[in-house]
Amino acid sequence: MNEMPDYEFCASHSFYGHMACPGCGEKILIRHVLEALGPETVIICPAGCAAVTDGVFPHTISPVPFLHVPFDATPSAAAGVRAGLDMSGRKDVTVMAWAGDGATFDIGMGSLSAIAERNENILYVCYDNEAYMNTGIQRSSATPIGSWTTTTPEGRLKSEPKKNIDFIMASHRAPYVATCSPAFIDDLKMKVTKAKNMTGLRFLHLYSPCPPGWKSDPKDSIAISRLAVECNLFPLYEIYNGEKYILNYQSRSLPVSEYIKLQGRFRYLSDRDKEILQSEADQFYRTLISLQNIKPQSNIAGEE
Amino acid sequence: MKKVMSGNEAASLAVKLSRVQVISAYPITPQTVIAEKLSELCGSEELDARFVKVESEHSAMATLIGAASTGVRTFTATSAQGLALMHELLFWASGARLPVVMVNVNRAMAAPWTIWCDQTDSVAQRDTGWMQFYCWSNQEILDSVICSFKIAEKLLIPCMVCFDGFFISHTYEAVDIPDQKDVDKFLPSRKAETYIDTKNPQTFSGGTLPNNFMEFRYKLQKAFEQAPEVIDKTYGEFNNIFGRSYKDIEPYFFNDAETVLMASGSAASTVYYTARKLRESGKKVGFLRLRQLRPFPEKSFLSFMKPDVKYGVLDRNLSPGTGGVFTQEIRGVLNRHGRQNRVSEFVAGLGGRDITEQHIMEIFNKLANGEINTSGINWIGVKGKQ
Repeated sequence: MNEMPDYEFCASHSFYGHMACPGCGEKILIRHVLEALGPETVIICPAGCAAVTDGVFPHTISPVPFLHVPFDATPSAAAGVRAGLDMSGRKDVTVMAWAGDGATFDIGMGSLSAIAERNENILYVCYDNEAYMNTGIQRSSATPIGSWTTTTPEGRLKSEPKKNIDFIMASHRAPYVATCSPAFIDDLKMKVTKAKNMTGLRFLHLYSPCPPGWKSDPKDSIAISRLAVECNLFPLYEIYNGEKYILNYQSRSLPVSEYIKLQGRFRYLSDRDKEILQSEADQFYRTLISLQNIKPQSNIAGEE
Repeated sequence: MKKVMSGNEAASLAVKLSRVQVISAYPITPQTVIAEKLSELCGSEELDARFVKVESEHSAMATLIGAASTGVRTFTATSAQGLALMHELLFWASGARLPVVMVNVNRAMAAPWTIWCDQTDSVAQRDTGWMQFYCWSNQEILDSVICSFKIAEKLLIPCMVCFDGFFISHTYEAVDIPDQKDVDKFLPSRKAETYIDTKNPQTFSGGTLPNNFMEFRYKLQKAFEQAPEVIDKTYGEFNNIFGRSYKDIEPYFFNDAETVLMASGSAASTVYYTARKLRESGKKVGFLRLRQLRPFPEKSFLSFMKPDVKYGVLDRNLSPGTGGVFTQEIRGVLNRHGRQNRVSEFVAGLGGRDITEQHIMEIFNKLANGEINTSGINWIGVKGKQ
């Protein structure tokens, strides 16, 4: 891994003092995403952890313009910001929607589909912590099968697998779709930089650990993120124009039990659901390899 | 130059003359013609604007919230179900103090399905922090849309221009089209003081706690309290250039009237016509045209309240459980100022049912003879036994 840069864009703008929980993935992610994007960026952010932890009026930690919008309004509001900036001669500014899985997979899905179909010139980033964490851990369509949440309690654990948002976005022929993990920062920055320099709808899906929601130790957030990739539950890959698939990292295909044992949210997981989770992971990884049509290329170094 | 056009076309032309920069709209009857005309104007580059073709009215308003936050001039148009779908975002636009201008072509709310006119759609949004103007002619639509940008941008309050579906939106009238250079003089490009700017990064509409939310609402209310003066001044300036003006409440045959009916929208034209006819036959009837629901023009309204006059309000809307919304507003104002005037409530024309000259005659007669229910709704034109 490259050394951290001397100059940190976020740190230089009072980024310290956010209100996120210890071990929060979202804050690690946005720090590096903004580092890669630079100051000519506008954030559009719906209700959710990122909105709340940015600070309470009049405080804000954002080093760039930050527009709060209603929960279901992110994609369309971003399209509006884009239109307004374009019409006032500011075409070079990056418009970034920064939304959680609830806003993306669920309540904003209709308008997200619309901006993808229209191929709006927007960078849409979803930080996915796999449930409604800001309201206190309720299931979303991003919650994995067998997971405990307050609305999928013991005895009624989530019985449906996670929605495949990336393939949905690829089906819209979005120019660029990619998954990123806080355990693979070089890969993340490479993808953010690539996305920044493209036009049209770019969709980044960021794995975002949540210690209070996942009932995990804050110190394990990066380890869990790495295991999600190594167990093929969150493979790192890119899709160009909905047709060209590239798997960025050849995982060690570890058993999913390695991943779930660090997280209390899986404490009620039945053997049957564990098998489903395992077979979904195996099958998805095989699917990605076959879609890629070539041998997985490891263009980033694995972390040992 | 005068040209014959529909109400929807007059609205679209006003948007072009106002040099709107971002438009977003979704098709809904009877508004659709506006979205079509504006698409044509953008397509032919007669209007240098970005038209964002969204998948819902909710997204249309969300798009304009984003666009208006960058400092540009924005417009949308909708009706009924579309306006209701925007409800959440109407609060957001006014709370964020974004001067969005919208046309609402009045249509009744389903169920059951209807595409025909009443004003329940827009009056139901009276608490969302938008100004609301009600037009009775195509000329007034064109003029009101242009003036609304100026008023909204001065007060930082979004503005809704309402007119009746089909009765006005699809009726053709001669409209005097102002010269572009005169409109440019009257309405220069928007100069936002606060907007999204990467050179001066700010956070907009972030979280508040009980220690500061209330002040935001207080300031919005204070801006509304300044609105009557700003609206009056704006129409004064408009009058100086274009020779046409509008008042928040417009009196006709009022001075010696013994019975006075109040109405808005297309029904106002019928009331005017009928009142003029009754005057010709010596009846002392008068008419007040209600042009503004928000802010409700309290001061002008009270100036028209005289002790011995019998007043009636014609509501083409219904808030089930109370009655007509204009009536409730008016009674609230009278009560707040300790006035004793009795105001009778007439509900008519829901879901596009015609409000005819005969209906208005009936109302004036009932008012004059005291044949009215003073404690509840007087239904006009409803079928069956009451």
